[in-house]
Amino acid sequence: MSDDDVIICRCEDLTLKELRELLKRGYTSFDEIKRLSRAGMGPCQGKTCKQLILNEIKNYTHLEIDKIPIRPTVVRPPARPIIFKEILESENERNR
Amino acid sequence: MKETADIVIVGGGCQGVSLAYHLTKKKAGKIILLEKSYLGSGATGACAAGIRAQWGLPINCKLAIKSLEKFEQMDEELDFPGGIDLKQGGYLVLAYQEEEIVQLKKNVVLQNSLGIKSKIISPGEVRSMVPYLNTENLIEATYHQRDGYADPHKVVFAYGEASVRLGVEIRKFTPVKRIIVDEVRVMGVETDKGTIYAPIVAVTAGIYSTGLLSNIGINIPLYGERHEALVTEPLEPMVKPMIISFSLNLYCQQTPHGSFIMGCGDPHKPVGEDISSTPQFLFTMTKKITRLLPFMKKVRVVRQWGGSYDMTPDATPIIGSVSEIKGLYLSTGFSGHGFMLSPMSGELLSQLIIGETPSVDISGLNLERFQIGELIREPSVVG
Repeated sequence: MSDDDVIICRCEDLTLKELRELLKRGYTSFDEIKRLSRAGMGPCQGKTCKQLILNEIKNYTHLEIDKIPIRPTVVRPPARPIIFKEILESENERNR
Repeated sequence: MKETADIVIVGGGCQGVSLAYHLTKKKAGKIILLEKSYLGSGATGACAAGIRAQWGLPINCKLAIKSLEKFEQMDEELDFPGGIDLKQGGYLVLAYQEEEIVQLKKNVVLQNSLGIKSKIISPGEVRSMVPYLNTENLIEATYHQRDGYADPHKVVFAYGEASVRLGVEIRKFTPVKRIIVDEVRVMGVETDKGTIYAPIVAVTAGIYSTGLLSNIGINIPLYGERHEALVTEPLEPMVKPMIISFSLNLYCQQTPHGSFIMGCGDPHKPVGEDISSTPQFLFTMTKKITRLLPFMKKVRVVRQWGGSYDMTPDATPIIGSVSEIKGLYLSTGFSGHGFMLSPMSGELLSQLIIGETPSVDISGLNLERFQIGELIREPSVVG
């Protein structure tokens, strides 16, 4: 299978080929790749692609995964996408 | 080994990379830019991506309209793969109070005198522009078509790549521990990987500028202030302009990707480096946005985040030299609108550094204004 056919980020359609091009351009941290390719910004918020991307960075840079720069996990709610109406209703419930 | 450079830039956000690019374009010598993490990792990367020329202070109007011109030419000039995602759907500024209308009318007169073609529009015109908008209690609005959106990450990386092509050395993941001074002149900087000697050091480090400068006895009245934002799932293009209101204290814009980015003011925002996300913001934003854009009720929130505005006492930036220390320059304290001004602020500081007269008079933005009490407060901000 060619790199063009391998999907790394299912939410935002990042292929392995595109990921490798970003690595070659010098973007070798997860945070840079996320901000350039949107990988990790879709509905799953990186739960699927993050490990795959870190592994590719490791293969490219020959750094151990714990040496790859990554910003400390910032909690970015909600855990799963949720519609505004449900938030509104939960708030009305709380104030009752 | 004694490493030297002509100019060291501390901080790789939008201010630092724009300055690096404009300096190297003028062949200002050997330039090293130091960034403690990746480019745009601070306030730039957390910003809500809006760019506008509708300001209430002449200096902000001048910086903003020149910056808009640069954003419009950026894809051609920087040749960044895929471009910077510029969208010019305009900014629609909604007004609900009489005193607000008075201020906005003043702003439009000022903006028009400076070549910004903003105008007052009626609630009817607002409805035809954004049919989904609830215009209840709306009195009037202002609109400027060239305002809009650009992707802050892509802009920073675009300036970064173009700077490197022209000879700038960018060192990511290289924190500066301290600026080195010899009483009255700057000598260089000490990083966690060694010392770099340079006769010129420019600090473009946002909220981290305060600590770097207080270490060498320069006090700047700059502090971090948390602001929060959220983004929804992508939808078909539905809303062209950025919708903003100073009295409702909110903004919301559909991005070229289709998602909506929005934020609102917070009366209890913490001061410092805290950029955590809160449920209070989610609830407040939900109430405000579902009232203003009722279709939002069915739209999913995908992500919340926070960032730090680098606030000054008059919500206006500090750009210029530091009189006590020769060779030390600042471009910081943009108070939440640094991204949209960065193309021009970088050019102006580069002119000052190489001894040219800046093409827009920025002498009023110096640090001394806080000592002599000549503040220049911007009236039109979402807080």
